Amino acid sequence: MTPDLIYGATGIAVFAIGLIGALCAQDRLRRVLALKLCSVGAGFILVVGAWRIPPADPDPVPHALVITGIVVMVSATAVALALIRRLHTLEAEDDD
Amino acid sequence: MNDPFLLFDLLLASAVIALAVATLSVRDLFASIVLFVIFGLLSALAWVRLSAPDVALAEAAIGTGVTGALLLKTLHHMRFVTGRLGQDAAESVTPAQPVPAPVIWANAALCGLITLGLAMAFFAAPQAGPGFEALVTDAMPESGVTHPVTAVLLNFRSYDTLMEVVVLLAAVIAVWQIERGLSEAPAPALGEIWHGFARLTLPAIVVVGTYLLWKGSEAPGGAFQSGAVLAAVGLLLLLSRNYVPRPAHRGLARWAFVLGTGVFAAIALLVAGGGREVFEYPAEHAYSLILLIEGLVTISIAVTLAALFHGREPVALAIEEKRHDT
Amino acid sequence: MMLELVATALITLGTVFFIAGTVGLLRFPDIYCRLHALTKADGLGLALIALGLALMADGFGEVFRIILIWFFVALASATSGHLIAAHARRVDRERET
Repeated sequence: MTPDLIYGATGIAVFAIGLIGALCAQDRLRRVLALKLCSVGAGFILVVGAWRIPPADPDPVPHALVITGIVVMVSATAVALALIRRLHTLEAEDDD
Repeated sequence: MNDPFLLFDLLLASAVIALAVATLSVRDLFASIVLFVIFGLLSALAWVRLSAPDVALAEAAIGTGVTGALLLKTLHHMRFVTGRLGQDAAESVTPAQPVPAPVIWANAALCGLITLGLAMAFFAAPQAGPGFEALVTDAMPESGVTHPVTAVLLNFRSYDTLMEVVVLLAAVIAVWQIERGLSEAPAPALGEIWHGFARLTLPAIVVVGTYLLWKGSEAPGGAFQSGAVLAAVGLLLLLSRNYVPRPAHRGLARWAFVLGTGVFAAIALLVAGGGREVFEYPAEHAYSLILLIEGLVTISIAVTLAALFHGREPVALAIEEKRHDT
Repeated sequence: MMLELVATALITLGTVFFIAGTVGLLRFPDIYCRLHALTKADGLGLALIALGLALMADGFGEVFRIILIWFFVALASATSGHLIAAHARRVDRERET
């Protein structure tokens, strides 16, 4: 039992939870949240891949990749949420 | 084996998994978003344990802070449109339709297969095998900075980083188009105490954001973390109505959006020539060039993230009224 | 050695307050009591842990940063506690009418 195994398993579990949520959730906002969980799970696996047993320094390339991923994910989330707001407004207008 | 932190790791890992499940299973959407924010912060803590402080900072500031603000803003907007601000309206955004059981089972089976493949790939991969760290360490003297993650982001893989800034730019363009003509939810009433809080924290946030940027060349920090922290200034100003976006500010905002991308690309092209390739900074100027790029990219990121939070493009009042009439 | 012992004692005491706050969060009946337990107990717990860490810090710079962190976390938790309570009251009133 070392941190990389523990958090690697965590990453896989979080990814799986996000995947199930993205496919099965009824609500749009929850689906966005589920995809966000997937991205964090993937981040866990990359960060674990970069980890080396302490005094050794971790591999900086996967770290840079995860930071890039986080920024791309926030852009995608913002667009998805704008679409949700738009759809919701259109539906509310249809109901009136 | 006898790591005293092992128990902490196990507890933290189970808390992260439990929060992920709770985020998707709790009925109240507001609670779901709050649980997600806690989940993100604990993941950031786990990444500190895995000696990735840069990633943890980025996740806490962008992946959790800014994303959480975006989610809450969307929820507020939808409650406003539905006309119910109470918690009764909170349980779902979309009217629920029953999903046939075979679809659920097929989904579950597919998820299981993908997860199984991922787990097999992860556990079959060589543990702690040689990565890029030796290559990065060898190239560090040429990078102009002393922090490896900043060197990778702004020098060795700067093409990736440029594209990342372009994605952010594309996002803000898309959001402005999608939200065109959409009515805006009124800002929530936050009260006097909150305004005092905003006044006290604003200068501190500016200092922290600048410090993160400056420190990025030698320690964890850098343009993205700093940009997210500075975006919080924009969020506070927008929420407290100390700054109300006007149509006249659109030009300035557009310049701020493209500033980072433009300068980044221009420098990348300008250093080419004389036997050097695009993005290959001359070693003696690398530090100043990286700092210049980082500084301007930080401004762009901060303004873009704040604009993504505000959402709708500030349009002239006349157009807005016309839309209401029709 | 003596300093380390005092610091450990302070951090332990701080943790006890955090646990008390969490028990309050789980056991108290309504949102106001829960907020009360959280903000009061965690505020004290945080102050004790910050004090303990400051005793072990090497150099004035680190102590100063710990004090700053304590100040801003205390400020943020007080403000968010107030905002949550105000929001809960507004929702309660809406339900009554």
